[in-house]
Formats: sequence, structure tokens, C-alpha cells
Amino acid sequence: MAPPEHRRQFKRPAISDQQRRRELSLQRQAQNRLDAQHRARCLASSALSFETAECEPECPEVELELGSENEGDGGVGSPHEEFDVRKASKLRGAQARKWFARQLILPEWMIDIPDRLSLEWYVFVRPSGNRCFVVSSNGITVSRLRNGSILHRFPSALPGGSRFRDSSGPAQTYSILDCIFHEADQTYYVIDMVCWRGYSLYDCTAEFRFFWINSKLAECGACEPPSQNHRYRFSPVTVYNCDHGGLIAAYTGPVPYAKDGLLFYNKQAHYQTGNTPLALVWKDDNCSQYVIDTDNKGNIPSKQHLVLELQDDLKVTTSDDPPVEILLHGQGLRSEVNRARAFADSYSKVIFQYTVRRSPLKMEDLLFSLSSGNDLENRPADVEMAGE
Amino acid sequence: MAMEITQALLSAQSADTKVRTEAEASLRQFQEQNLPMFLLSLSFELSNDEKPIESRRLAGIVLKNSLDAKDAGRKSALVQQWMAIDVAIKSQIKYLLVKTIGSTTQEAWHTSAQVIAKVASIEIPQKQWPELVGLLLNNMTQRDQPSSLKQATLETLGFVCEEISHEDLSQAEVNTILTAVVQGMNLAEHSLEVRLSATRALYNALNFAEANFNDENERNYIMKMVCEAAISNETDIRQAAFECLVSIASTYYKLLQPYMQTLYELTANAVKGDTEAVALQAIEFWSSICDEEIDLQEYENEETADSGAPHFRFVEQALPALVPMLLETLLKQEEDQDQDDNIWNISMAGGTCLGLVARTVGNPIVPLVMPFVEGNITKSDWHCREAATFAFGSILEGPTFEKIAPLVVAGLDFLLNLTKDENNHVRDTTAWTLGRIFELVHNPGLEMIIITSDNLPRIIQVLLESIKDSPNIAQKICGAIYYLAQGFEDAESGSSLLSPYLLDIMTSLMGTADRVDSCDSKLRSSAYETINEMIRCSNIAESSQIILQLLPVIMNKLSQTFNLQIVLSDDREKQSDLQASLCGVLQVIIQKLSGHDETKPVLLQCADQIMMLFLRVFACHSSSVHEEAMLAIGALAYATGADFLKYMNEFYKYLEMGLRNFEEYQVCSITVGVVGDICRALDDKILPYCDGIMELLLKDLQSDVLNRSVKPPIFSCFGDIALAIGGEFEKYAPHALQMMQRAAEVCAQMDADDEELTEYGYQLKRSIFEAYSGILQGFKETKADFMLPYAPHLMQFVELVFKDRQRDEAVTKAVVAVIGDLADALGPNIKVLFKDRSFCRELLVECLQSDDEQLKETATWTQGMLGRIMVS
Repeated sequence: MAPPEHRRQFKRPAISDQQRRRELSLQRQAQNRLDAQHRARCLASSALSFETAECEPECPEVELELGSENEGDGGVGSPHEEFDVRKASKLRGAQARKWFARQLILPEWMIDIPDRLSLEWYVFVRPSGNRCFVVSSNGITVSRLRNGSILHRFPSALPGGSRFRDSSGPAQTYSILDCIFHEADQTYYVIDMVCWRGYSLYDCTAEFRFFWINSKLAECGACEPPSQNHRYRFSPVTVYNCDHGGLIAAYTGPVPYAKDGLLFYNKQAHYQTGNTPLALVWKDDNCSQYVIDTDNKGNIPSKQHLVLELQDDLKVTTSDDPPVEILLHGQGLRSEVNRARAFADSYSKVIFQYTVRRSPLKMEDLLFSLSSGNDLENRPADVEMAGE
Repeated sequence: MAMEITQALLSAQSADTKVRTEAEASLRQFQEQNLPMFLLSLSFELSNDEKPIESRRLAGIVLKNSLDAKDAGRKSALVQQWMAIDVAIKSQIKYLLVKTIGSTTQEAWHTSAQVIAKVASIEIPQKQWPELVGLLLNNMTQRDQPSSLKQATLETLGFVCEEISHEDLSQAEVNTILTAVVQGMNLAEHSLEVRLSATRALYNALNFAEANFNDENERNYIMKMVCEAAISNETDIRQAAFECLVSIASTYYKLLQPYMQTLYELTANAVKGDTEAVALQAIEFWSSICDEEIDLQEYENEETADSGAPHFRFVEQALPALVPMLLETLLKQEEDQDQDDNIWNISMAGGTCLGLVARTVGNPIVPLVMPFVEGNITKSDWHCREAATFAFGSILEGPTFEKIAPLVVAGLDFLLNLTKDENNHVRDTTAWTLGRIFELVHNPGLEMIIITSDNLPRIIQVLLESIKDSPNIAQKICGAIYYLAQGFEDAESGSSLLSPYLLDIMTSLMGTADRVDSCDSKLRSSAYETINEMIRCSNIAESSQIILQLLPVIMNKLSQTFNLQIVLSDDREKQSDLQASLCGVLQVIIQKLSGHDETKPVLLQCADQIMMLFLRVFACHSSSVHEEAMLAIGALAYATGADFLKYMNEFYKYLEMGLRNFEEYQVCSITVGVVGDICRALDDKILPYCDGIMELLLKDLQSDVLNRSVKPPIFSCFGDIALAIGGEFEKYAPHALQMMQRAAEVCAQMDADDEELTEYGYQLKRSIFEAYSGILQGFKETKADFMLPYAPHLMQFVELVFKDRQRDEAVTKAVVAVIGDLADALGPNIKVLFKDRSFCRELLVECLQSDDEQLKETATWTQGMLGRIMVS
């Protein structure tokens, strides 16, 4: 007598592999399809506007290649080309430096206190050290200073950051972090995240980016102590809501690194490269060694130094976009041409440095603004009233 | 009007080939020239009591085959054909069929009953034969008719119920049918034959009886009649009654409580004392109850504690009596039962049921079974030793690991010794039990480790000795090694305990595959499949040398298959089976070696030779494409990447053949998947082949014959092609998009309550989104505007899918990605589409809150894309 169809497997486990092979093939194909579509999407989302700068022949060529294959760099020469990090990684020398230099968010100096500080802003302690742009891709991690030159090339536990295989995610993934390298403990403090596993976070709010840093960084093992496949430790910084308690915690609380001022980030702001008023830096002597600009020997010059850009029309401007023209007149100002500095100061820096020498914006002022009626939250909710 | 065809029908059964062939030809000619008249003539033949039974029988069979076929495509053609026939002729045919029910010749009415059911299956759902039920029931109430008319009528009712769905009849019709059927079971009033037909008819009518079962009086009456039939004097009636009880157990579980005491007694008596056919059904009753309770428990575990469905724990309550009863059955083995896969006897049914009981109740079964195991396993009668081992093997799944693991640890050594038992059955069951242990209890991740470096050498030694035992045992040992390897799967990333034995095991398995003492190919394919699992689960650093040695051996074996003598079609089939196993091993090796940087170059060195072998496998089989070779080629294309181009000219014709293979839909489906692999391997280099591929894919989509499961992969494949060739997809896009839109509309109209259809619907939705994603991303650079007119339809579809809260996660991933793709490709142009569409935001929020990282990342990306167009 034949067994009922659905009962026959019990004593005779027919290990039929064929169906399994089919299913495993389907899984592999589905994963490959996801990867392929994922790659197509990444090429889009990280596309950043790139304008070629004139080549500066006097600069030494810096060898820089993240990709293993050596292919032509599709039309770097044409201006306004849509450009992505992968292509950018193939740029060399001055072009590369120029390009990477433009990719960081540059906080303005806080010269007045934003409205709704306690509701719409974060605050955290800026580690003292070199700001850099860390790209992990194709099995290597490269950190670059603001001027685009390479600080370190090293293996890391970031996605795609070392040759050591991690099975998660597509092979050609890459991540970009905005960090400060802190010499004393040889740690990269991650102050922002630009791309993660190929997903662009440029268009995400700071709120989301900080959340992402906290959840992703530890997950990939980048916060672990250094090892053979992970040469430098990464660490997130503690970010506070900029309310009264948060500001005090940031200002007075202990941190494992040397402090260099406070950074304020607007929660809703996207990662906007270049100078932005939605990220602000503030310093005083308590939380930074570098409040007032020093000269090369570390002495405070008797007069404020400004670094400005000389434009083609011979106007002298700040680094802001659009540039702010500074009229050079009066006896207090002495001008000196210095080719060594890559970047001019921003308008806000000029003003901050000016006020620091005279009547600085103090922590008490900041705290007062949080508890006073300066905040919109304490104002009558006229919007809602109007609707009645 | 009808033609005289008696002679032709008789000649068509002649022993003389010539006469037979001519008669068949003339019948076929008649059929082709005038189908309605042909069918009418057949019905006349069938209904005419003066005709010889031989011609009537064949007439009935031809009629039945003109209305129904196994193949779904053929069946639907036959249905269309029938519906096109003139109503007057159809009425005559139906009249004749119903008339035949009254024939005194059993074979005639029996055949007619089957034909009526086939006609009913076409016409009753269309409300085109409303009088049938009345006509049949009328037979039951006429007094002076012979008993055979009632018997025939009941049988017809049963067949009709089997063919149609309960939605096709009104409740009034159901009521009258059930009344007639249940009354037909009445002992006092009817003959044995009538009661048997009635009981069998009830079996088919049970699905219709929901309303009647919900009525306590009616239910009591039906149950009373079934239980009475279950103790009838006639074996056939008892068997039919128990079949009804099995069906009731699964269909009306929730209503069974009041009857369980009676049902327990009935089944226990049947298991203990009735003939095997009845006893098997009685055991099956409990297996079905277990199935229901296992389902209920799984459903409960899925968060919804109050599912609404009551769980009476019948098995738990019956446990103290049920388990001894089942253990008794284990001692009723037959000699040589392990030699034939089609044997099903009371001990096998009992063991199967015991396994289900263990899964239903878990730990409480252990103390009820272990004394039996311990008491019997050392007895001199092999029946006892086999039963004890079978009982132990049966309860391994269900109880907790903590409960079972100590027993396994204590008994493992004993079992290993039992592989040397003098009796083949005992050794067979022991090998099976070892396999179950490795499958269910062996997991190095758990705190109590069954297999250690201490006992592993002995385990391997025993397995490699026993694999030389008779083929049925060797096959189970293969299964044991398969699960042993699987248990160490997690070792893939680290060192594996099994690695030192890899070479010995592989050698033994290769030797097993070469054995010639097995009467079929099962042992060989088990051996190869076990090799596959060993490869998959191995740690590449420790296994690469062995795999690299294996590769040329397998390639050589595959090339030897080309020299096999092919005389009969059976030889061809054997060659194909062997090639399937070897291509399977190659596929697994390709995947394993290409997945690691260290071994990939070595594989690529052999790629040309491997591909040549696959092409030669294709060349061996002119009529169809070899499925396993196709699967393996997909893996090879993935491994070689752009280098695959050099094989394309040679390979393309087989790709076409695969895509044309409507009948073997698995082959077609796999080929579609391989097209995707090749797209990703070749990128735009696939362009020269796209005209042909797209034409075939579009044809496949329009085919009524092709199994629907192939259609979702085809849509996904559109996406693969578009992504590979970018803007060049434009010339195919209007056709592809038309199909996608049509499929989206099909999705919108799907019946949400049909579970199987829902699953298919998910696959279809996902694949449509994947197609859109591929096209949008492919067109992004150069042809994005082309997609503008299609965007509103896509958004409607997105909204439709969003509103289905039950949608599965894969669909959600695909839909959230496609929104991003749309925004990415079309940019601010479609800003207006996203205005007033708050569901997009809700969907994103839903995805961002998910636990699935991939989904969250995709949603983040889509959020970015949307953000970009909304601010611009």
C-alpha cells in the first residue's frame, strides 16, 4: 500500500539537493540583483558637483588611487561635471586635493546666538586636532586633511575599509566620515557621517546622521581598539540637545580628548559642504587652547590677522560664498601676501576674532539665552492663536 | 443524428495493429471533422444497453478525455472546446449521460458518473446545468427503482462534489445532497453497495457541509452515521467511514470535542484489531489531529495569542493511551520493508504518527517512550530492536534540547554499535536515527555539545564503515553525513572539527557514488548531494586543496558521460540523471571557489574547460535544455564576469531553447535567472543578444501554457536587462511596460483571501517593482524623460501596494526602492506626483522604524532622493 503523499518523507529523508540548489541560485541571483541596483543608486546619490580647478603645476603630485583598476578618468576636465566619490577617488594630485577640500561642512563662527537654540540645535565638544575626510573603499581607508592631502592610508573595520573580508553588504561599498584626528590617543573622532555603505547621507538631517553614527559605527567594529586589520580606533562624540543641561554638560563635562571649542549643529540641516550658518563653532579659554589665532610660534599677535583671498578683480574677500569684500583701509590694517595659506578666513571668523579681542560672546550669554525669553518656545504661540 | 461508431470503437481495441491503427485514425478523423457529433455519438454508444460493454467503455473514456486533461493548458483548451458546442447538442449529450446512470450495467453507469462529473465541473460554476442536482436526487426518492440506480446516483453525486467548489451550489442544494447521502448510509434501509457509495460520496461532500456541521443537530446526525459506518460489518465501508473521519479531523477540528471519547475508542479498536487498510486510516486520524494542533501551536506562537481558533489539546489528553497504542504498531514490521520506497504499513504509519505526537506535545512524550526503547533495544528478536530504535528516532523532534540531548549523549555509543547489528532493518533504522540526531540535536552553538573532538573519530569511523552496507543503509548514512556537515556550517568562517576527515569522507562518498549494486540512482545522487553539502559547509582555507583535487575528477566523470552507450530512451535518461548530479557538484564547486579571492583565480583557469563540458551536456539532449547544466552556467557567469562574452555565441542557442521551454517550466524559469546572471556579467555587451531574448521573454509572458511561477522572474529579468544596457532598452520599453502595467492590474484584482494566490501576488508585485527600478536606473543618464508618462501609473500601483498592510517585507523593500528610483531618475519633473501623497511619507516612516537594516538603509536613501526633489 502506498503512503499518503504528504506522509512519506518521515522514515526516508530524501535529501533532494536539486530544489535546494535552485533556491540557493535564486537567492544568489536576488542578492546580485540587489547589489547591481544598489550600485546604480549609489552612483546617483553621491554625485556631487565638481568643478575642475586650473592645474597648479608647482604642487607635487600626490599618488592617490583607491580603485585597483587603472582606467581613464571620464572627463575630469569638463566643468560642472556630475561627479561621484568613486570617480573622485581616481583623481590625482592637486585636483584631488581641491575636490576633497570642498567636501566638508565648514561651520561659521558664532557671532550671535541663533533663535530656538534649545529646540533646534545640538551641541558637542570639538576634539582638538586635524579635521579630515575619511573614505573607506575597496579594502583601504584613506584620511585626507582639509587641504586634500593624505593624512593616513590604513586598514580599518569601516565597511570596505580593509582587505579582511566582511561578508556584509556588497563588495564595492564605501563610506565617508567627517572626523577629527586626535594625536594624543591616535583616535579618529567622528563628528559627522557623509556616506555609509554607499548610501549618501548628504540629504539627511543632522538628527538622522548623528543617530546613524551612533548606531552604525559600533556595529561595524570601528570603535574597537586597533588591531592588524584596524589600525586606528574610531569613536563617536557625545552629542547633546542644546538645552540648558546639555550645554552645561558639553561645556563642563569630561571628555577623553583635548577640547577645542563647542560645535553647534542645527538638527534639521543637511550636510551642506562649505561654509554654513547651520553649523556653528564657539570657543572660549575654558574649552579651547586656540581661541585667539596665534602665529606660527604660538604667540598671540598684538593685532588681529586676517587671511583673505585676492580675487581677479583685485578685490580682497573672505572665503564665504558669495565672498564678502573687505575694504582695506585705515592704519590698523597691515597687509601681507602669503601664498602658503590655502584658504581665506570666513567673514564670521573675522568678526568672531574681532569680538573675542574686545567683548567676547560668553558662556553666560549662551546660558542666559536658553533661560530667557529669547527662545521662541517661551513666546506666545501666535501661530496657533491665529487659527482660532 | 449520431453516427454508428461501435465497430470503430471495437476495432480500436483490436490486437491486430493494422486494424487498430486504422480504427484510431478514422475515430480521430471524425473527432476533427465534427467534434459535436463525435461526442454525441460517443454518448449514444455509452448509453445504449444493447451495445457491447467494450465499445461502451471506450466511448466513456474518450468522452472523459475530451473534457479533462492533467495538463492545465490542454484542459483549458478542452473546456473552451466544450463551451463552444451548440447548446442543443450539449443538452442531448447530458440527457444521455444522466440516462446511463440508470443502466443496469455497472461499468456503463460508473463511467457515465465520471463523465457527468467532468461536464459538471465545467457547467455548474457557469450555472449552465442547474437541473443536474435535482435530476440526480429524484433518483433517490423513486420507490420502485433498482438498488443500482441509487448506488450509481450516490457515486455520481460524490464525483460531482469532488469536481466542483462548494461556492458553486446553493445551500439548499447542499442540504438536499447531504440529506440524500447521509440517508443512503442508513443500515436498515439500504444494501451494502448503496451504503458504500453513500459513505464515499459523503467523503467528497464534507467540504460542502460547513453550515450543516455548524448546526448541532445536523452535525450530531452526520457524526452518528459516520461512526455507525465505522463499525459496519463490511471492511470497505469501515475504511470509507474512517477516511471520512480523517477528513473531518482536519476540516472540522474545532467541532470535534463532544465526539472525541467515541472517536478515541473507535480508532483504538481499529488500530488494535482491524484489517490493515482500516487500521492505517485510524492512525491517520490521529496524525491529522496532530497536524491541526501543530498548526494551532505555531499560529499561537506567532504573537497573536487569541487566534480565535480553539486548541483542545486532544493529543495531550489522549497521550497516556495513545502512545502505548502507537508503540505497539511499531512491532508489526514486515520483512524487506526498507527495500521499497512505496511500502506503507502499520508500523511505518505508527512511527510517523509517533513523530507527530512528539512534535505536538513535546517533553511529556519522553517518559512514555523511553521505557519502551530501553526494554526492547537489547532483545533478541530484531522486531523489538528495530521498534525501539524507530521509537527513539521518532521522538527526537518536539521535546526541548535540554530534554533530548542527555538521552542522545547517553545513547549515542549504543546506537553506533547498533550499526553493526546482524539485522538489515535494525541497521537501516539506526542509520536513519543517526541522521535525525545530526539533523535535530547536533549544533555546536548550543551549550551541550553532542559531537566533540573525543567522539568524532569514532563517529566518522562508523559512518565510513556503514556507508559500505547495503544500498538502503548507505543512502541513510549519506543523509547522516549530510546533516553532520550541516551542523558544522557555522564553522565556514573558522576552523571546522570536520576538516581533518574531509578527504576520507569525500573519498568514501565518491566511492559510494560509483557503486553498481543499487537498483536505482538514488544512492548515487544522495552521495553527490552529500558531497555538495560538505563543500558548502566547509571552511575554505581548510578545504580548498581537497576541492581543487575534486574539480578535475568531477570534470572527468562528466566528460565520460558523453561516451555512454545510448540505445534505449532509458539510457538517455540515465545519462541525463548522472549529468545532473555532476553538474550539480560543479555548480557548488564554482560557487565555493569563486566566492573567495584566494581560490577564484584557480577556478577561472578551468572556466573554458568547464563551459565546454556544459555545452556538450546540452548537445547530448536535442529535445530539451539540461536544467542542472543551465543552473551551473549561471554560477559560472557570475564567477567569470565580462569574460563570459566569449561563450555567448556558442551558448546563445541553448539560452533560446531554455526560454522556449514552456512545458518544463522549471527549465524556463532557471534560464530566465541565467539571463539575469549574464546581464550582470556582461553589462552592455549583452546588447547584441537582447532582441532575441526580449522577444522570447515577451512571448513567455503572453503564454497561457507556461506555469505562472515563471512570470515574476521574467519581470525581474526586464530590470536586469535594462540596468545592463541602459538607454538601449528604449526600443523594448513600450512592450515591457505594457506588460508590467497589465500585471499590476492583475495584482489589483487578486482575491486577497486565497493564500496561495497572495504569495504569488507578492512575488509578482516585487518583480514588477524590480523591473521599474532597473529601467529607471538604466534610463537615468540618457532617457529618463521617456519614463515620465509611465510615472502616474507606477505611483498608483505603489499606493495600491502600500495600502496592503499585510504585504511581505520583500515587497516593501522593492516598493520603497522604486520610489527612490523614480525620484532619482525623473527629479523635480515629478514633484507634482508626490504632492498630496502622504502615503509615501508614511511608508518611509514605517520602513525607517523597521528592524531590518537593509530596509532602513534603502528607505534612508529614498528619503534623500525625495528630499532632493522636494526642495528644488
